[in-house]
Amino acid sequence: MSVIISWIIALLLLIGAFLSLVATFGVIRLPDIYTRNHAASKGATLGIMAILIGTFLYFYQEHGHFNSNLILAIVFIFVTAPVAGHLIARAAYNSGVGLSENSVRDDLKGKEEYEKQNSSI
Amino acid sequence: MLHTVIQITLLLVSLSMLGLIYRVIKGPTIPDRVVALDAIGINLIAIVALISMIIDTYAFLSVILLLGILAFLGTVAFSKFLEKGEIIERERNH
Repeated sequence: MSVIISWIIALLLLIGAFLSLVATFGVIRLPDIYTRNHAASKGATLGIMAILIGTFLYFYQEHGHFNSNLILAIVFIFVTAPVAGHLIARAAYNSGVGLSENSVRDDLKGKEEYEKQNSSI
Repeated sequence: MLHTVIQITLLLVSLSMLGLIYRVIKGPTIPDRVVALDAIGINLIAIVALISMIIDTYAFLSVILLLGILAFLGTVAFSKFLEKGEIIERERNH
C-alpha cells in the first residue's frame, strides 16, 4: 500500500514539474501578453496544485500528519490564480498594450466610443 | 526512489523559474513582467513545498499559504495601478 502511494506521489510531482516547464516555455515563446497570460495562469496553476497534492500525500504517508494549511493553500490558489490572470489581462488591454500582428479580430476595439455614446444618451 | 524524484522535480522547477526570470528582464511591456512575476511566486511556492519534503519537516508548510496570499495581493494591486493610476481611490462619488 505504501509503495503504491509513493508511486502516486512521484507521478504527481513529475506532472507538476512538467506543467510548470510547459507554462515557462509558453511564457518565453508566445507572441503577445494575452497568450503569455493564458499559458502562465493555466499551466502554472495546475502544476502547483499537483505538486501541493503530492506534498500533502507525502506528509500524510510518512508522518501521519494531516496538514490543513496545505488543503487551504490548494483551494486558495485554485480560486485566486484565474482572478489574478483576468485582472492583469484587463489592465493590459485598458492601458493600451496591443495584440500581436497575427491576431485576426478584436471585438473590444470600439469600446470607448460606444460607452461614450451610451452614457451621453 | 521518492527522494530522487523530489530532487529531479526541484531541478525542473528551478529551470522553469530561470525562464520566467528571462521574461521579467526582457519583457517588452510592464504587464508581461507582472505576469512573469506572478508565475515566479507560484513556482516559489512549489520550491518551498519540495524543500520541506527534502529536509523532512512540516514546519514550513504555513509559508505556502502565506506566499499564495501575497502573490495574489501583489498582482491585484499592480493591475489596479496600471489601470487607474492609483491603488486606493480617494473620491467616492462616481
